[in-house]
Amino acid sequence: MSTPAILVENVTVHYGEVLALDSASLSLDAARICGLIGMNGSGKSTLFKVIMGMVKPDAGTVLIGGQSPSKARKEGGIGYVPQSEDVDWQFPLSVRDVVMMGRYGHQGFTRRPSKADRAAVDEALDRVELGEFAGRQIGQLSGGQKKRAFVARGIAQGATMMLLDEPFAGVDKRSEATISRLLRELASDGCTILISTHDLHAMPALCDEAVLLMRRVLMHGAPELVLQPENLAMAFGLDVLNRDLPEPDAEPDAEPGSEPESNAARAENRG
Amino acid sequence: MDLLELLLEPLSYDFMVRAIVTTALAAVVCAVLSCWLVLIGWSLMGDAVSHAVLPGVVLAYIVGAPFALGALVFALIAVTLIGVVRNTSRVKEDAAIGIVFTSLFALGLVLISVTPSQTDLNHIIFGNLLGVSIPDLIQVLVLGVVAFAILILKRRDLTLYAFDPTHAHAIGLSPKRLGALLLGLLALTSVVALQTVGVVLVVAMLIIPGATAYLLTDRFNRMLVIAPVVSAVCSIAGIYLSYYLDTASGAMVVLTQGVVFAAVYLFSPRQGLIGTRLAKARRRKAVALAL
Repeated sequence: MSTPAILVENVTVHYGEVLALDSASLSLDAARICGLIGMNGSGKSTLFKVIMGMVKPDAGTVLIGGQSPSKARKEGGIGYVPQSEDVDWQFPLSVRDVVMMGRYGHQGFTRRPSKADRAAVDEALDRVELGEFAGRQIGQLSGGQKKRAFVARGIAQGATMMLLDEPFAGVDKRSEATISRLLRELASDGCTILISTHDLHAMPALCDEAVLLMRRVLMHGAPELVLQPENLAMAFGLDVLNRDLPEPDAEPDAEPGSEPESNAARAENRG
Repeated sequence: MDLLELLLEPLSYDFMVRAIVTTALAAVVCAVLSCWLVLIGWSLMGDAVSHAVLPGVVLAYIVGAPFALGALVFALIAVTLIGVVRNTSRVKEDAAIGIVFTSLFALGLVLISVTPSQTDLNHIIFGNLLGVSIPDLIQVLVLGVVAFAILILKRRDLTLYAFDPTHAHAIGLSPKRLGALLLGLLALTSVVALQTVGVVLVVAMLIIPGATAYLLTDRFNRMLVIAPVVSAVCSIAGIYLSYYLDTASGAMVVLTQGVVFAAVYLFSPRQGLIGTRLAKARRRKAVALAL
């Protein structure tokens, strides 16, 4: 059995008194696109932070391609596409400048770009079809173009894993389709992609698998299965009056090694 | 008196030459640093650190250590205290900053009041541009060059830190270390500027040039050129003005920077309040003529 691209095992995170993740477990194979669904406060951002190693879990382990997150980071394997609200769009940088930041891990002390760096940036920009906007200030792009610029940064970086935080927020339908196509291409090249999203209807077309998160992984399986109304009700807390967490009745990937059938059925898609 | 004479006359005094060189140097270093401070939103932090170094400078003076060392230590103490108050009580960050830096500044004033040879130290508060000695000049030169070199060599990392610390972390850099580096440079730069405009007005040199440049361009690299050039020109102009108008030199330097900022704020072609309107009117006129 191959090493999972992302392995999160029984991870618990507290912020002071607040429990953000409660023994969450998730195993994701390489070259898959996985959608992470959960309401605000369900721990999506915390899970991202744990995977990137920005938050140290109180308990549990995280492995990226079998390595510690810090090693994976140093090797430049982790690409990150931030949520729109987290970016200062007035910042005086061009699209090319932002994509070049993906190359910093490959560069020397002063991050002086080499010919190879410039070539990688141009290639990444072409790949996301932003070549003609390379000179624009980053905030002067449309919502979808902004997202693609950050995906280009991950491509220039050579990331083998990309985390996207709400990539479809504030993005029109056409751009959404472009981004989805781009992510599918990246996945078929072997990139593992984890997307946190509110946009449920985009999921079945885009994602190979979906995860319901409510401080712990309630469910992990094929999107059409996970998106069943009764499952969503569980994650989005229609029983909010009942203060207890709903007991997960389907948690196929909670134990490492057990894959949902739907994943196995799609295994032939992997390069 | 013609223009050349106007410009040359003050230079016949050695103290004026020293004042101009020191100020231009401090102006350039502060201006470069200000580009990041303005973009990160650390203006208040700049204010805090530049005030909080006062007790460190006074203590360094008392024990005969280099001013920069005392300043660095107290900058560190200030930043740590701010973090502690913010994280361990319900007091918000701006209040924490306000409490810590004013208290440390007051401590500095108290130390000055009990230290013999007060005149020297009072200069730290309001600057003593015209009294810059050769050793002062050398200290400013050394610290300024060091701070400037580090800022320029690490500019790409610092910009990444300012723009997207999460990405910096994701590619294996340490945002914490970059933030600490920037704070250290802030402390160092504060010392450089103390001599010229004094503790109270240092913060102007640490904010206005970056803000002015930010209104003039959409490219960070150009900010790094515009800010120091504008700041140096303003500072030198301020010294000349203070010479001919017989006004306080440090204050005149800052006032000049403020006036130039106001002009840019109003007339910048990209961001200016009036400038953008004029540009729009011109475009409309051009279209009308074309029809």
